[in-house]
Amino acid sequence: MPPPHNTLKPHALMQRYSLPRLLAHARRHHEDWQRAWRNPAPKDAYDTVIVGGGGHGLATAYYLAKEHGVTDVAVIERGYLGGGNTGRNTTIVRSNYLRDASTRLYDFALDLWRDLSREINFNVMFSARGVLNLGHTLQDMRDIERRVGANRLNGVDGEVLTTAEVQRLVPLMNCSPTSRYPVLGASWQPRGGVARHDAVAWGYARAADALGVDLLQQTEVVGIRVENGAVTGVETDLGFIAARRVACVVAGNSGVLARMAGLRLPIESRPLQALVSEPLKPCLDPVVMSAAVHCYISQSAKGDLVIGAGTDVYNGYGQRGSFPVLEHAVAAVCELFPAFSRVRMNRHWGGIVDICPDACPVIGPSPVRGLYFNCGWGTGGFKSTPGSGYVFADTIANERPHPLAAPFGLDRFASGALVDEHGAAAVAH
Amino acid sequence: MLRIRCPYCEEARSEEEFAYAGEAHIRRPEDPEALSDREWGEYLHFRTNARGPHREMWVHAAGCRRYFNVLRDTVSYEILDVYPIGKAPSDDSTGNGA
Amino acid sequence: MGTPRRLPSGGRIDRDRPIAFSFNRREMRGFSGDTLASALLAHGVATVARSFKYGRPRGIVGHGVEEPNAIVDLGVGAAMTPNVRATEIELFAGLEARTSRAPWQGAVGPLARYLPAGFYYKMFLHARGFRTWERFLRATAGLGGVPEGPDPDTYDHLNHHCDVLVVGAGPAGLAAALEACRAGARVVLADEQAEFGGSLLAETGPVDGEHASSWVARTVAELESHPDAVLLARSTVSGLYDHNFVTVVERRPDAAGAPDVAGAPDVAGARERLHRVRAGQVVLATGAIERPLVFANNDLPGVMLASSVFTYLHRYAVVPGERMVLCTTNDSAYRTAIDWVGAGREVAAIVDARPEPSGAAMQAATRAGIEVIHGHAVIEARGRKRVREAVVAPLHGEDDRLTGPPRRIGCDLIACSGGWTPTLHLAAQTGVKPRWSDEAIAFLPVPAGDAVTWAGSAGGARSLPACLQTGAAAGAMAASRTGHGEGRVSAEPPETDEPPETPSRALFLVPHQRPPSRAPKQFVDLQLDVTAADIELAAREGYESVEHVKRYTALGFGTEQGKLGNVNGVAILARALGQDIAATGTTMFRPSYTPVTFGAVAGRDVGGFFDPERRTPMHGWHEEQGAEWEDVGRWKRPRYYPKAGEGMQDAVNRECLAARDGVAILDASTLGKIDIQGADAHVFLDRIYTTGFRRLGVGRCRYGLMLHEDGTIFDDGVTARIAGHRYLMHTTTGNAEAVFDWLELWRQTEWPDLDVYCTSVTDHWATAALVGPKSREVLGRVCDDIDLSRDAFRFMDVREGHVAGVPARVFRISFSGELSFEVNVPAHRGREVWDALIEAGAEFDITPYGTEAMHVLRAEKGFIIVGQDTDGSMTPADMGMDWAVRRNKPFGFLGERSLSLPDHLREDRLQFVGLASGDAVLPEGAPLVEVPDGAPPIPNQGFVSSAYHSARLSRPIALGLVRGGRTRLGEILHCALADGRNLPVTIVDPVFYDPDGKAQDV
Repeated sequence: MPPPHNTLKPHALMQRYSLPRLLAHARRHHEDWQRAWRNPAPKDAYDTVIVGGGGHGLATAYYLAKEHGVTDVAVIERGYLGGGNTGRNTTIVRSNYLRDASTRLYDFALDLWRDLSREINFNVMFSARGVLNLGHTLQDMRDIERRVGANRLNGVDGEVLTTAEVQRLVPLMNCSPTSRYPVLGASWQPRGGVARHDAVAWGYARAADALGVDLLQQTEVVGIRVENGAVTGVETDLGFIAARRVACVVAGNSGVLARMAGLRLPIESRPLQALVSEPLKPCLDPVVMSAAVHCYISQSAKGDLVIGAGTDVYNGYGQRGSFPVLEHAVAAVCELFPAFSRVRMNRHWGGIVDICPDACPVIGPSPVRGLYFNCGWGTGGFKSTPGSGYVFADTIANERPHPLAAPFGLDRFASGALVDEHGAAAVAH
Repeated sequence: MLRIRCPYCEEARSEEEFAYAGEAHIRRPEDPEALSDREWGEYLHFRTNARGPHREMWVHAAGCRRYFNVLRDTVSYEILDVYPIGKAPSDDSTGNGA
Repeated sequence: MGTPRRLPSGGRIDRDRPIAFSFNRREMRGFSGDTLASALLAHGVATVARSFKYGRPRGIVGHGVEEPNAIVDLGVGAAMTPNVRATEIELFAGLEARTSRAPWQGAVGPLARYLPAGFYYKMFLHARGFRTWERFLRATAGLGGVPEGPDPDTYDHLNHHCDVLVVGAGPAGLAAALEACRAGARVVLADEQAEFGGSLLAETGPVDGEHASSWVARTVAELESHPDAVLLARSTVSGLYDHNFVTVVERRPDAAGAPDVAGAPDVAGARERLHRVRAGQVVLATGAIERPLVFANNDLPGVMLASSVFTYLHRYAVVPGERMVLCTTNDSAYRTAIDWVGAGREVAAIVDARPEPSGAAMQAATRAGIEVIHGHAVIEARGRKRVREAVVAPLHGEDDRLTGPPRRIGCDLIACSGGWTPTLHLAAQTGVKPRWSDEAIAFLPVPAGDAVTWAGSAGGARSLPACLQTGAAAGAMAASRTGHGEGRVSAEPPETDEPPETPSRALFLVPHQRPPSRAPKQFVDLQLDVTAADIELAAREGYESVEHVKRYTALGFGTEQGKLGNVNGVAILARALGQDIAATGTTMFRPSYTPVTFGAVAGRDVGGFFDPERRTPMHGWHEEQGAEWEDVGRWKRPRYYPKAGEGMQDAVNRECLAARDGVAILDASTLGKIDIQGADAHVFLDRIYTTGFRRLGVGRCRYGLMLHEDGTIFDDGVTARIAGHRYLMHTTTGNAEAVFDWLELWRQTEWPDLDVYCTSVTDHWATAALVGPKSREVLGRVCDDIDLSRDAFRFMDVREGHVAGVPARVFRISFSGELSFEVNVPAHRGREVWDALIEAGAEFDITPYGTEAMHVLRAEKGFIIVGQDTDGSMTPADMGMDWAVRRNKPFGFLGERSLSLPDHLREDRLQFVGLASGDAVLPEGAPLVEVPDGAPPIPNQGFVSSAYHSARLSRPIALGLVRGGRTRLGEILHCALADGRNLPVTIVDPVFYDPDGKAQDV
């Protein structure tokens, strides 16, 4: 690694990105753009250590510093910033969940998304193209009515669209009534959309760094030190780093970290697969999701079709998926978009999602004092990033759950107060 | 895609013939009513979720329809052991929390 | 137009078979054996596309999968295929190709200076503004078009099991396959090209004393003679997955044409095949791809890979220029220049970056009269639409900097070679990162277990003999690991006469007088317009991980996935960071090796085969009656049977009234049925169901709720004791498989001591439910061996006898609240018995009814439908069904403990109630609120789960879930409609009709 850049002072020196600045840099052949973030040497101790340099961890650090003035913070990342699920997901942003608790949390995130590029002075390319959730059976349509109705009570935008309205939004979709699972309608959330995943991590990293947060990449946490029931710091491959508070935000590895502190979590980790096609000219504007056939599709600004499949059916940390799951997702794409059958898949990969029994996250304190977890987002992680970081920072700073995070504590698994976002069970009569 | 040897059929077949059935060796409590809510919640929801060797159950769904135990590395996906239900793990030092 | 660049003789093309085709609407001609790329080069076409970001003219660079520029849309209409590399398209008659990117898409080119890497992250920081910008950006991005309609072609999946899969049929792969076959192994050999031979197809030297092409022919002939060898040409191995599962995509000559392809089979059927191969051993003989050199304006048309020039020359008899400058760092490229002279063209110079090249290659060049300028490199290409001159300058011997003034050399072709990059994609897909070798100047594969090996230049072999040797050894070893042979090669490796090479120079970014930030653009990734300056800028800005750089600059994200640019990019980054390449590492390799058609991945699992459709034995009858259908799980169920002129509501009203007043008949065959037997069957059921089963008499039925361990309702149904130790369980239609799995899970893993066996018999039986006051009479006409009287055949009894002469089981159970008999007969007699019942009921105007009327009838009675009135979070208490829960059973039942969790005892949980509305049928799913108006958030009081017009009651009815609903009977809530209206609804008891159950007990 190159030498640390501790000498660079945070904040005051951060160059803001703007058109005049771009023009000025162009005249200087872009030779003196400032680093987006420092590469500091770790200190011996921090007030708060955040384990995990993905979108959630970096957002947490940013809001800790910005909203709560807690700047004595290190984000410790085993690999590179945003290298986990942040950079592996299909970038869908929406908030039209079923239960009040989740809808409010995701909608809070969606509100932050809308102004995020300006807020952190980094274009995260949030594009509100609208999100369609298709219904293929009568029960799907009942569930859609219920979800959209409940969303409206929470002030969340949503409409129930007919098949014809869906067809108008997505001309290429097969809306034939004779297809195997005909499209009977959809929910439509116009405020939903997509964003550029890497930019979220980088933007938060740059903004957090500017506020004084140390970003420690290529540093692995190998142990969590607990004394008298309270956390005292983390062991890393570079040595011990003391901390009053340790916050773990490591999707795909939460269980591993919990075990370091002698805890277990209600989580199973599974690969979730995604793929992209070769780039095409613009042909699909909204995001189209079909939970019934396990297919999620949008078109990136570059022209790739970005497609999500279902989760694998068995636990795994392999960041690769099971081929039959991929076959099914691609078959679903060909069913919904028969013209895409001749388009080609460029790349496919897997991310590791941490799945809770109720398909909702765990945000909050753990039985170890000063140790906090933010995990179990399943497939909802990316879309929640700003909201997750915000409420988690608030929870850590005030040492009590943020009101939006309160329903998502670990205690719900003893009380039975599961939030249950599986949606309706399979229709059965 | 995994290739799994069914201990009853004694054939190695593709994963598509099998279904996953979760972590192995979780005994249902003898007397659930005697457990605290927290203990019952642990049984219901908390899992080892091992990164590395993991003891898990599979069922040969499109074959003999019988359940069996597999010791599988969840990182390399290598299958280290396969043994019938009811048989104790061959070596307690590996898998699920080791 | 003419083909000025075609040599008069030579090549593996068939000059007797000319082929007409069009490119960007220009009519052209080539020969059988040509690729689109070779045919275009023969015509002298220089510019084939405009670049992605800057709109710069681009020509053909490579000859295979590495080609970044020549990307075309092939064909028209629904059978158009976007984004195909011209280097991989076998020419066929009538081929129509258009450059995938429209020329105007590069319109932002003039702004190049303002578009550094990461430009988009720094601009358009207002979300609304970005959405506007994005429309423009999207229009200028994108590659090919979308086919105009559903794909007319089909795709097949084939499954193979083999001992040894050999990937690549170049020299190493052929040698490996041969040895494995000779050892007796079952072998699959796959190669992406139309012909086997790989680099040997352009080879001019001898192999084993004979011409390369005859060695290939002899080897292929021997392989073909092995009955256990499967030889797949035009077949790309796209992915190497866990446990040696390998996907191979075979392109069959396009169904749209291609009868003129030499040697092509006459194709009918699938356009492509996905071979799903499970291999004991995989031998990767994937070869190597030549590495371009990164110098200023290295993207000008006329800058090509030396090996590609060589291939076009020998395989296609095409000279892609007249006067060549060869720029190289190694010996391998020399023969391109030497043979260029042999083809009667001029070599202006060989520019060799090594300070003092020597040895055979050098001598041969000198003998051919070629000037070799050593210690120099081409630092810049000049020209407007194609290369006009090369700027050449002396290089320092070690630390890539210029040591003297440049000079210009006129030329129209710059062939370059920066060394070779082993094709490691498959080897690395298993997750093992390759290692950098300073000696090989390449990333080399790293072993992951002993089931995957490699051979030939994929493993770093540099000479043809080494490729043949390592191939043979790998083939023999792989065979022996699967139990065939001893691992020894069967014959001495064939002799070839390649001279030893002199060491290559590691050179990635050729220096310029100006630094990369100021020099003319030095392209690393041609397809996505990523330059050396972009990579340096990324590093400068702190994007130091190779993955960051890839993502920040888009390096390697194109459709050729970094096959040309990866190593140069990594090297430039390493230099910018002041670290070595080994520490910098390479990015992850992801499948697919080359893009794979979606249709091929889906195979036949589309249309009707996307998910199998289940039909009952009476399906044909329903069809004849013109039933409208509902999908329930995988089943097709009649939803209603409209008569002429009837809408759905009319039909449903008629069907419901028939059931209430006369007789109606429902096809209930789809309900899940599980036969449960054994001495402990009753104990088993007692644990599975909330209800008690220990004292159920023979011939009696009982309703039960099945819970998950978390206490939520999972399924419900009626179970009958049909003999001493034999029970028949009914499940809901959609849950039949899940319930069966659930039973087996507990039976096998937790309670193996119980003597109980479960068998799914859902499709053994056809079921007709005869419903209504007249049902007894109708059944009596076709059943004379069961006493159907009220007292002999009570409600919740089951009897065996004959119906219409067919052995039958008859249940007196009811999901409608009416007198009802469910007649079960063997599935193959189902239609016959159904017809007999219809005939017997004719005089009573027997009315078939579908799921919609079934729903209305049960809703009138307040019966729940699991999955509609429950959503996976409701307990029996929530549904007001404590009557179906028997506490204090000896074992208890699954889920019982959870019923006393604090949250399940809350009084404000959603509870099942009836909802009385005015004249309007409420929308199902609609939310319920206390106060009709107000600003969000408005407290959600529940929702409507079921709502219908009841013909019997002549008014709408509804069921729903309301917070603490059962203690709020009589309270008025409002149903909030999407259009802003609020309908008042009254919370009522969920039983709307016949609360005492008199109708079903007659």
